[in-house]
Amino acid sequence: MADYEPGDYVEVQTKKGVFRGVLLPTSQFSDRNVVLLKLDNGYNVGIVPDQIRVLRKGTQKKKIKKSVPAPNPNLPTVSILGTGGTIASYVDYRTGAVHPALSAEDFAYAVPEIRNEANIRARLIFNILSEDMKPEYWIKIAHAIKEESERSEGIVIPHGTDTMTYTAAALSFMFPKLSVPVVLVGSQRSSDRPSSDAYINLLSAVRVAKSDLGEVAVVMHATSNDDVCHIHRGTRVRKMHTSRRDAFKSINSAPIGVVGEELKFTEEYVKKSDETVLVPSLDEKVSLIYYYPGMPVSVFERMLEGMHGAIIMGTGLGHVASDFVPAVKKAVKDGVIIGMASQCLYGQVNLNVYSTGRELKNAGVIPLGDMLPEVAYVKLMWLLGNYDEEEVKRLLPENLRGELASRRVLQ
Amino acid sequence: MTMKCGLEIHQQLSTKKLFCECPSELSDKVMGTVTRILRPTQSEMGEVDRAAMEESLKHRRFIYEITDNSCLVELDEEPPHDLNREALEVALKVALMFNAKIVDEIHVMRKIVIDGSNTSGFQRTALIAVDGYMDTSFGRVRIPTICLEEEAARKIEEREGVVVYRLDRLGIPLIEISTDPDMHTGEEVKEAAQRIGYILRATKKVRRGAGTIRQDINVSTGQGRVEIKGASRLNMIPKWVNMELERQEMLKKAAETLRDRNAKIDETIYDITEIFKNTESKIIARILKKGGKVLAIKLNGFAGLLKSGKFRLGREFADRVRVIGIRGLFHSDELPAYGVSEDEVKRVKDALNAGEYDAFVLIAEREELARLGLEKVIERAKIAMNGVPGETRAPKDDGSTAYLRPLPGAERMYPETDIPPIRITEEYIEELRKSLPKMPEERVAELVDMGISEQEAWQIVHMGMDDEFENIVKKYGYPTIVARAMLNGCEDIDYEKIFEYLSAGKFAKEAVDDIVLRACNGEDVEKVMKEYEASIDLDAIIDRIIEEKKELINERGMGAFKPLMGLVMKEVRGKVDGKKVSEVLRSKLKDAL
Ligand SMILES: [Zn+2]
Repeated sequence: MADYEPGDYVEVQTKKGVFRGVLLPTSQFSDRNVVLLKLDNGYNVGIVPDQIRVLRKGTQKKKIKKSVPAPNPNLPTVSILGTGGTIASYVDYRTGAVHPALSAEDFAYAVPEIRNEANIRARLIFNILSEDMKPEYWIKIAHAIKEESERSEGIVIPHGTDTMTYTAAALSFMFPKLSVPVVLVGSQRSSDRPSSDAYINLLSAVRVAKSDLGEVAVVMHATSNDDVCHIHRGTRVRKMHTSRRDAFKSINSAPIGVVGEELKFTEEYVKKSDETVLVPSLDEKVSLIYYYPGMPVSVFERMLEGMHGAIIMGTGLGHVASDFVPAVKKAVKDGVIIGMASQCLYGQVNLNVYSTGRELKNAGVIPLGDMLPEVAYVKLMWLLGNYDEEEVKRLLPENLRGELASRRVLQ
Repeated sequence: MTMKCGLEIHQQLSTKKLFCECPSELSDKVMGTVTRILRPTQSEMGEVDRAAMEESLKHRRFIYEITDNSCLVELDEEPPHDLNREALEVALKVALMFNAKIVDEIHVMRKIVIDGSNTSGFQRTALIAVDGYMDTSFGRVRIPTICLEEEAARKIEEREGVVVYRLDRLGIPLIEISTDPDMHTGEEVKEAAQRIGYILRATKKVRRGAGTIRQDINVSTGQGRVEIKGASRLNMIPKWVNMELERQEMLKKAAETLRDRNAKIDETIYDITEIFKNTESKIIARILKKGGKVLAIKLNGFAGLLKSGKFRLGREFADRVRVIGIRGLFHSDELPAYGVSEDEVKRVKDALNAGEYDAFVLIAEREELARLGLEKVIERAKIAMNGVPGETRAPKDDGSTAYLRPLPGAERMYPETDIPPIRITEEYIEELRKSLPKMPEERVAELVDMGISEQEAWQIVHMGMDDEFENIVKKYGYPTIVARAMLNGCEDIDYEKIFEYLSAGKFAKEAVDDIVLRACNGEDVEKVMKEYEASIDLDAIIDRIIEEKKELINERGMGAFKPLMGLVMKEVRGKVDGKKVSEVLRSKLKDAL
């Protein structure tokens, strides 16, 4: 067994000569023969050791006690419900590790400006990667919101950006009534960087959480500038860029507001209600099917197997190949509820213009207007979880939470 | 205590940028701007000063000008791409040429820089090699580290709370070479800088021109370390270093004298505006008219050290207040002068109760600023008792340096997690070792073989013009003339064109010096060459002389060539090359016979 461990100050003999520095934990991307050293000048280097000698054992890192000032009675209370991710975090300059801010104290330290906005209640619901998000977690978040809504005036949910809009849509449907704003927020540049968008996003989210909004919203950078954030309706927003700060856009509608130093709603919005009503059930037996030219009918059929519903992302106005029509017809007859959205994302589907569209409509496919495909998918799960078949069919193409509009204007 | 000097050299590379595929060029094509803020990140110790953070938020906005040679990476809107392999190869070759130990795996780090010069708030930098050295005429110079890093954005302007940067320069690869303090004179520093510069240029992958190489010199004489930032003109290096040495010696002597005199600093700031109510000093009068004040401090035991003989503490004081925008600082060693009368000086001394060995410093400014300025002077005066403070200084054209800022604090670095580490294998290093550029001695020997003196060859190598020299001489010959032209000439002249025309016989080699001189003075080379060419109609001259000397030709046949040549050359010397004259004359003579 090696008598050296990460944190020790060591002297490493190599074929090239001697290196001295603090031994670091191995990087997962490093070559297996290489040990990682932090040299006295602060640089990390990987070297192939012949022999490692401990010059000084590592010392335990000092834990410092953080304290937050007593709550300010003149400020509202906002709950921050953590789901994992690093919207607020600390860097360990010794190892480079990034630790997420989890407690109220952590947040107060990471973004001290929040203290001027609200008294913070913070709690971690769970700690997962955004890409690992699942419907069951949406339900957990929903229950946590319900609880916190009785203790604070607004709720902020830091969330990984990859799946944030799915969560936003799910929460939108699960809460027919909200007595508090529910604000999802993320960062496209992690907060261990001085250029992180996290601070402005988080601060803006807290400001929205103090407003009279009674909807689920996503608050993220409006542009590449560090000035204002857009407030997006939870059922209208989509991540449209892999890495930019302003990746989040309201599709087929305008953002409902802008928040910087000031908060301004620019579109109609639902105001806070007296109570929070939670309808949390979901039926997970729903497929989201992206049609593509050359897709075999058999693949399509398999994706419908055992499902209670499916949303097809069709081409253009909402089409699939005409040889899919019999399979669609059969599925609908078997009781699968099928909705049609468009891969175009922008604009509404229309199954009346072309013959294949008309055939799909006759087969029982429900056209979903300008609803985003992912939102339609989440909506169908929620409807199937809470209503009978006829009601689901009736409600799917109806506007429940602003996910649909009959008017679209040139923006 | 002898002087110890070290160098830190930053050289831009001409490959693509270090973490994206944008070209490493400057650009004036601004396509738009974004506005950003940067915040100090906080360590796990929670050690961010809240006041500093609020300050940074309120007063610092950075505007970045987006250029046609920048992409989402420079904008910090896309993760960095893999480290540019060509740039890495250059850095590794440089490391080998400096006999350095290349690390087995390269890890890119983030060095926190929140002055806005990097959109990300950090500079990406990687240590490539350690423990190198080079041998010079005065001995070995150790090179403890060689790094590859990204260049910062270019600062365009700074105004109230806003700094404007341009993204064109951000991300250009930089090789950073630091030496140990192994140089002891300005000449040694210059030689070391020259040699490092040569080795960098020998890779053929460095950018050329103003600002593409930056030299910082560390000068220490046993007390504080002084960094002369941006000492980029090689020929000025000895002067900068030597004047810095003198300054440090002066500071030490001043400190000794102050200790002998048991000097003290009275921290009281006196308002002496009243004394200057009717002053003849235009500067002071103007400030008083605007509602300003004259404030003064007394420095017990400082008389004669501010400005007399070698002593120049006054300038140290003036430097410290200049950086906060104060120019109206006067001290007792230089007064009466600048319109300040002897009587006023006497009254100031009386007001401050200053004795024979006491000095005073006064600042005329609006009160708040004057007070701040004098506090800075007090701070500096206290340091003067201890000798040489560590600081960063800016080189000036007259060989002196001026206070810029304190030395930077310890750097905070943490790993760049967006870029995987790069394993450097022994096989790869061996391969690189086979294709290393020539060391300067070898190159000089080659140039000497081409027909110039060793001294000329060294000069050409140091100017980095060896390739151009070789190219021209191989094509057109004239090694000594090419060397002289280059050594007397200046950058950015198309030497090849001059020698192409010369070899085509368009003008005489005697004209080269003139052409180069005039081109250096900004004249267009082609036009100048045309002048030398157009002034002579060789054919007409030869025809005329053949006509005049018909008799001689009939008499001596081809034997008349030599005397005729003499006659023609008398008229065209310096304007047409002799070789050309001889060619034309020979053929015309044959025709005439
Ligand atoms: Zn780029």
